Amino acid sequence: MKDIKVLGPGCKRCQTTEDMVKAAASELGIAVSVEKITDYAQIARYGIASTPGIVIDGKVVHAGGLPKDDDLKRWLQA
Amino acid sequence: MNTIAASLCAARKSQSAWFAGLAIAVALWFAAYGQLLPFAQWLVAQTPIKPGSHLASSVEFFFYDTPKVLMLLTLVVFAMGVVRTFFSPERTRALLAGKREGLGNIAAAHLGIVTPFCSCSAVPLFVGFVSAGVPLGVTFSFLIAAPMVNEIALGLLFALLGWKVALTYLAFGLAIAIVSGWIISRLHLEGWLEPWVREVRAGAVDLEDEHLTWVDRFEAGWDAVKEIVGKVWYWIIAGIAAGAFIHGYVPAELLSSIMGGNSWWSVPAAVLLGIPMYSNAAGIIPVIEALLGKGAALGTVLAFMMSVIALSLPEMIILRKVLSLKLIAVFIAVVGSGILGVGFLFNALFS
Repeated sequence: MKDIKVLGPGCKRCQTTEDMVKAAASELGIAVSVEKITDYAQIARYGIASTPGIVIDGKVVHAGGLPKDDDLKRWLQA
Repeated sequence: MNTIAASLCAARKSQSAWFAGLAIAVALWFAAYGQLLPFAQWLVAQTPIKPGSHLASSVEFFFYDTPKVLMLLTLVVFAMGVVRTFFSPERTRALLAGKREGLGNIAAAHLGIVTPFCSCSAVPLFVGFVSAGVPLGVTFSFLIAAPMVNEIALGLLFALLGWKVALTYLAFGLAIAIVSGWIISRLHLEGWLEPWVREVRAGAVDLEDEHLTWVDRFEAGWDAVKEIVGKVWYWIIAGIAAGAFIHGYVPAELLSSIMGGNSWWSVPAAVLLGIPMYSNAAGIIPVIEALLGKGAALGTVLAFMMSVIALSLPEMIILRKVLSLKLIAVFIAVVGSGILGVGFLFNALFS
């Protein structure tokens, strides 16, 4: 079970990112728990300066803008 | 049918196909751009509107400016979308962290032009910068330059009003961002941040490189076009409609007496008027083009534009989450005075 956090204050892109993560995970058949972090202080603690950000098992893999689908699958499989 | 779709899909992954396609698109763009004025005149001639009337002049302005501004915007946004793939807020922050005021302000203002970030990212960006050791004033230089000297404003000013106006706008926009940030540094206002912002200590983030190829960069440019042009086209049409009305109906004497260079109060009035107005550069520039054509003074008009773009109420409301009201007031006062100065200076220089 991969623990995934989507960081973002709740704008449209952050929602889209969350949907992309879930879609990619189910396509790959990987079990994930996706949590959305919307609190600014918590987001800042991950050290990113742009949202949406993606954290997989505690590691920040992406910040700023929508992720690319290929990258997303690579991160999920890593 | 499937084979065509498949080969199109394959072409999108191919670098040479992108280069060839772009070359053709740019050639077509210039060919079409040259025909816009004759086309607008022809279009007006097809309507029953009396030639030479106020209405004809308004309608022609509208038919000419709408495709012109949209085409220019597409070109500029695509180019900037590609340039911006070379920058990211995280990389910019790493460049600015620990920089001293002065040089740091200068670097921050320039990076503000090319670093991509959307307005819903303003708070994470602010906190991310400050918590990583970017001085408050340097962060402000970035946050002032980013909306004010944006690619849309510069590209459209260059295309509609010429390189002199665009270049002076760039120079003064940067100057305001640098000087305002520097003043905020000197005032040592770190204590006026919201308490939680001061407490955040960000961990260092080590993003792996996302390996961008030229195809990815062009795709990013194209995404920027879809997103920005898709989002602002109605602002532009509203702006051009307002501009067309001014162009056709508002008498030049009236405007130049209100917004001309002679009345000292016109610049402060323009700045005050601009604060509650919220538009982006794309919508405000057609209005500015029409105002200038009617004899409004350049300094007054630019002050109005800077105020509309850089001092917007919605942005203040977002920033309220991290700044105390006192700090927001200082921010508005410092940037507003800068804009006032630019307005008066321009009116003195160009009248």
